[in-house]
Amino acid sequence: MTAKLLEVEDLRVAFDTRRGTVEALRGISFAVPAGGVLGIVGESGSGKSVASLAVMGLLDRAGSVTGGRIRFDGQDITHAGGAELRRLRGAALSMIFQNPRAALNPIRGIGRQIADVLRAHRPLTRAQARDKAVALLEAVRIRDAARRADAFPHELSGGMCQRVMIAMAMACEPRLIIADEPTTGLDVTTQKAVMDLLAGLTRERGMAMVLITHDLGLAAQYCDEVTVMEQGRVVESAPPGRLFGAPREAYTRRLVAACPTPSSTIAGLTPDAPPLPAAPVPATLPPGTPLLLEVQGLKKRFPDGTLAVDDVSFTMRPGESLGLVGESGSGKSTISRMVTRLIDASEGEIIFEGESIGAIPARDFHRAPQRSQVQIVFQDAGESLNPRFSAFDSIADPLRRLAGLRDSASLRRAVEDAADGVGLPRALLDRYPHQLSGGQRARVGIARAISVQPRLLVLDEPTAALDVSVQAVVLQLLEKLRREKGLAYLFVSHDLNVVRMLCDRLIVLRQGRIVEEGDSARVFRSPAAEYTAQLIAAIPHFRPEVVEA
Amino acid sequence: MLAAAGRRVGGRLLAAIPAVFGVVVLTFLVMRVLPGDPAVYFAGGPSAGQAEIDALRAEMGLDRPVPVQLMYYLRDVATGDLGRSLTTGQPVMTDIRQRLPASLELTFTALLLALVAAIPLGILAALRPGSAVDHVVRFLCTMGVCMPTFVTGLLLIYVFYYLLGWSPDPTGRIDIFASTPPEITGFLLLDFALTGDWDGWRAAFTQLILPAATMALFVLAPLARMTRASMLAVLGGDFIRTARAMGLPGWRIIVVYALRNALLPVLTIAGIVFSTMLGANVLVEKVFSWPGVASYALDALQASDYAPVQGFVLLMASIFVVVNLVIDLLYGLADPRAVAE
Repeated sequence: MTAKLLEVEDLRVAFDTRRGTVEALRGISFAVPAGGVLGIVGESGSGKSVASLAVMGLLDRAGSVTGGRIRFDGQDITHAGGAELRRLRGAALSMIFQNPRAALNPIRGIGRQIADVLRAHRPLTRAQARDKAVALLEAVRIRDAARRADAFPHELSGGMCQRVMIAMAMACEPRLIIADEPTTGLDVTTQKAVMDLLAGLTRERGMAMVLITHDLGLAAQYCDEVTVMEQGRVVESAPPGRLFGAPREAYTRRLVAACPTPSSTIAGLTPDAPPLPAAPVPATLPPGTPLLLEVQGLKKRFPDGTLAVDDVSFTMRPGESLGLVGESGSGKSTISRMVTRLIDASEGEIIFEGESIGAIPARDFHRAPQRSQVQIVFQDAGESLNPRFSAFDSIADPLRRLAGLRDSASLRRAVEDAADGVGLPRALLDRYPHQLSGGQRARVGIARAISVQPRLLVLDEPTAALDVSVQAVVLQLLEKLRREKGLAYLFVSHDLNVVRMLCDRLIVLRQGRIVEEGDSARVFRSPAAEYTAQLIAAIPHFRPEVVEA
Repeated sequence: MLAAAGRRVGGRLLAAIPAVFGVVVLTFLVMRVLPGDPAVYFAGGPSAGQAEIDALRAEMGLDRPVPVQLMYYLRDVATGDLGRSLTTGQPVMTDIRQRLPASLELTFTALLLALVAAIPLGILAALRPGSAVDHVVRFLCTMGVCMPTFVTGLLLIYVFYYLLGWSPDPTGRIDIFASTPPEITGFLLLDFALTGDWDGWRAAFTQLILPAATMALFVLAPLARMTRASMLAVLGGDFIRTARAMGLPGWRIIVVYALRNALLPVLTIAGIVFSTMLGANVLVEKVFSWPGVASYALDALQASDYAPVQGFVLLMASIFVVVNLVIDLLYGLADPRAVAE
């Protein structure tokens, strides 16, 4: 038997909740050899984060290990005491967390936080620890490290904060690093830089790594072995090529299928779903059909002087779907809010069906007849629903205000139609947002937007917060709605793969300017702009057809 | 950096002027609306002749229309003249200057006592939520809040003066037979310490401790509860988990990582508590015969003596502005994120 650095055997973890004991892990086993990289993938609720916290001994008060064994370097640490764990943590096994800015102390300089870790495990003076911290910041490629060591987390970008986190985790040369969703919430290009750095440094220093992620592509690209988890159990475990090329279990097959790849189609994401209706909108509209939307020279300058959107122009035909792609700060959400007339443009024209709507101030637009024609679906379905409104109230609200439906019978009929349209069971209409799953909330958000029969639907990252399998279903739903109702979509996303599947045409934005524009398939195949090529290259992906020989 | 801080202070002080002005005008009007005629009161009661009262009223300027009185008053305030107290016969400014140090000394000591007790109690409660410690702290806080300060004060006097005999006669700032230090700051503890008179210092301190403890008990609850809530929120934060994952020593996590973050809201509450205490300690000042500004204002109010009450309210408003400013500046020092805005 080869020496395993970390061995988890039949681990069970239970949480005490108000509704009794909940088993979060039901007997999982995995192992990491010294210097190896293990990926643990799974969707939310699969228990992958609980597994990592259990290994670190960081379960919160309500959680406890109820069975199984955790062995680190031959030593049983399942029920290790506080002092023993404290010696191990940071020194022999360390961890990197999701949401790096929150994971760092907001009122302590980053250099001092790294020095704190060093001094917790090594007899260093303050000055020595600081020098070492600066060296570590240089190692994670933070420019001007000596000066940046005094910076606070809020002064750094998300990607930089994660580099600081990596420096902290590596400070005492641990033998194992657990990275729990280290790049979730970062831009793709930043994600690639951070992951390359993390993988490179661990390899150089012979550290083993456990990479916990919901992103199959990421796991495939950086891991030697991948374990798939579902509802507290291990589904299967194999090298990525085998796992993604020829998954044995049905769950893995579904998960792999739901992951957008450069070649996937919306229908292919959910093989079990009923086929999509045929596209009713003819590909070429008769000449002389007026444009649905025309945006000319749009600019937005915020009060603090930043130019978020700089001279953007585009047009949309009825029933067309156009993608707006870009990283954070590219201005894509600002554009979507200006088009939906939630905020005012600083300069430029917005013409909807031949009428200028850009001139109507945002605060008066709710009274304009076009309000019901231009609707929006927001990114976070949970946050964008009123917590005191039931699903029925949320969907009925625009019907009452914009369509003027007052009598309860026809209101109920209209709400139920909208719910049916998005596949939301009528029994769920009485529930409040916190009683609905992520996918169900997304459906409520979409039903609310389409209930007033808009012509243009602006979708602002509607699937960004969803698990891949839920994302696949929502994408399928959006495509179905578009074909049935002839809706036009302005789809805002950072995910090129998703945009490519849903949109005929796309616009790539960077720092408020259009970098490239064109037919989705063409842009993806042969990007004209250097930046687009970088974006496409940064998407982590697996090519089952290539890997599996 | 310094210039920016200076500009901020200046801006805040300027912005406070309308508020203080409003307070001055409002108090002036309220005093005029309240029942009670100072001329009658000071003429020696209802037995005094009408001519005498009228003469006094004319002398006090009360026979003129209220807006005109207000104008004169505002002109006086602007030149630093708060009027003369009819009860003490001294200018209000002088009275306040004599009595304010007593109130401030009492309030500062009480706040210090409260913080010294509340922060550790709050931390203990937060570290073991739902435990016996948590319940004991909650009980203490509830008792402190629900007992009126004069009851607590009397209880403390009963126990420590009457039963145990540990504390001196609970009247005033210092034993009437003891020698007072030369007035340097007006704060007895400071003045004694500056002159090196440690016996006097001890005498003043033992005199101060009971009223201060009475007030501290009263404000223990908001401070301890805020510390607990804020510690609980911070302890649940991601960066505490990071610190634990990096194997930092337990006390370092609690003091350097959790407490420093948790103290930010406590600082805000402490500022509010301080301002309230300064005005609300009138009961404590009465019980302990403490020669402070609050009891001075209350006496004046009972005598329909306008000038001291107006002066007191103006003083409180100004102190409130200053305290808020200080809290703001401290916040800027404690939280690097606050400066960026």
